Amino acid sequence: MTCEEMLAALNDYVDGEQLSATCEKFAQHLAGCNPCQVVVDNIRQTINLYQNGEPYPVPAEFQQQLKECLRQRWEAKFGPTPPQK
Amino acid sequence: MEIAASQKFEIVERSDEQLQQQAASGDFVAFQELISRFQSRVFRVARRIVGNQHDAEDVTQLTFLSVMDHLDDFRKESGVATWILRIATNHALKVLRKRRGLPTVSLDAPVGDAEDSYATLPHPEFIAQWRDEPSRLAQQREVRQLIETALEELPEKYRVVFVLRDVEGLSVKETAEALGLSESNVKVRLLRARLDLRERLTRALGDEATRMFPSHDHDG
Repeated sequence: MTCEEMLAALNDYVDGEQLSATCEKFAQHLAGCNPCQVVVDNIRQTINLYQNGEPYPVPAEFQQQLKECLRQRWEAKFGPTPPQK
Repeated sequence: MEIAASQKFEIVERSDEQLQQQAASGDFVAFQELISRFQSRVFRVARRIVGNQHDAEDVTQLTFLSVMDHLDDFRKESGVATWILRIATNHALKVLRKRRGLPTVSLDAPVGDAEDSYATLPHPEFIAQWRDEPSRLAQQREVRQLIETALEELPEKYRVVFVLRDVEGLSVKETAEALGLSESNVKVRLLRARLDLRERLTRALGDEATRMFPSHDHDG
């Protein structure tokens, strides 16, 4: 298995996709290769870190502005909107 | 007092597709619900692609204006989420290109160059276990800064794929649909993004004492 084949198999392996023949070979290799195991762990941790990272909440002021802007555009295009609660 | 079964109200949340259809037939309340359902996601994707709040707000507003303008054009080949995220991504990429003074071209324009094949993939160099769990690292301000900087420095065609697939959880197929790319192209860009980010983050977060070196012998 070449390094390139290993790297190509890495993605599918990390995503837990149906193991192709290459992926099976990769899994076998992984069982005895510490550096490759750590790379797989690192990639999973990287994804996890971004999923756990900065949530970027929508600023409240902008939410109001967006709502109003869309209401105005809707009324211009389609007519009156129901009264706001 | 117990309510008879026949008197119970069943509150069924409308699906994204139902909201889109109702909005397309002129229901403003359905449209508003669609916005409130997707505004956080659109803003987050925009923020991560364009890198600042002001542009992310513009992208979010433009996205929902486009959604309103094209309610009748939605085709059911993809889900509503994929459709909206595709619109958001296109607006975000226009902002980046405008910022760089480049003409607006579609994201799939560079398909086929050497960087979209497996032939020249960067190999992992710094290999070490991380010093802590991602969930705990994510609480640290300097780590949050580090991951955002690493993402911003990633070439945009890899960044966009990583954000949609790995951060937002779209499937490879949905990411391909959202970006107008082939699935194989998405996979190779995703791998480049993952390898690049892994390398940068492991250099910063890896425990030097556990560092190991690849042998490039993969026959075992």
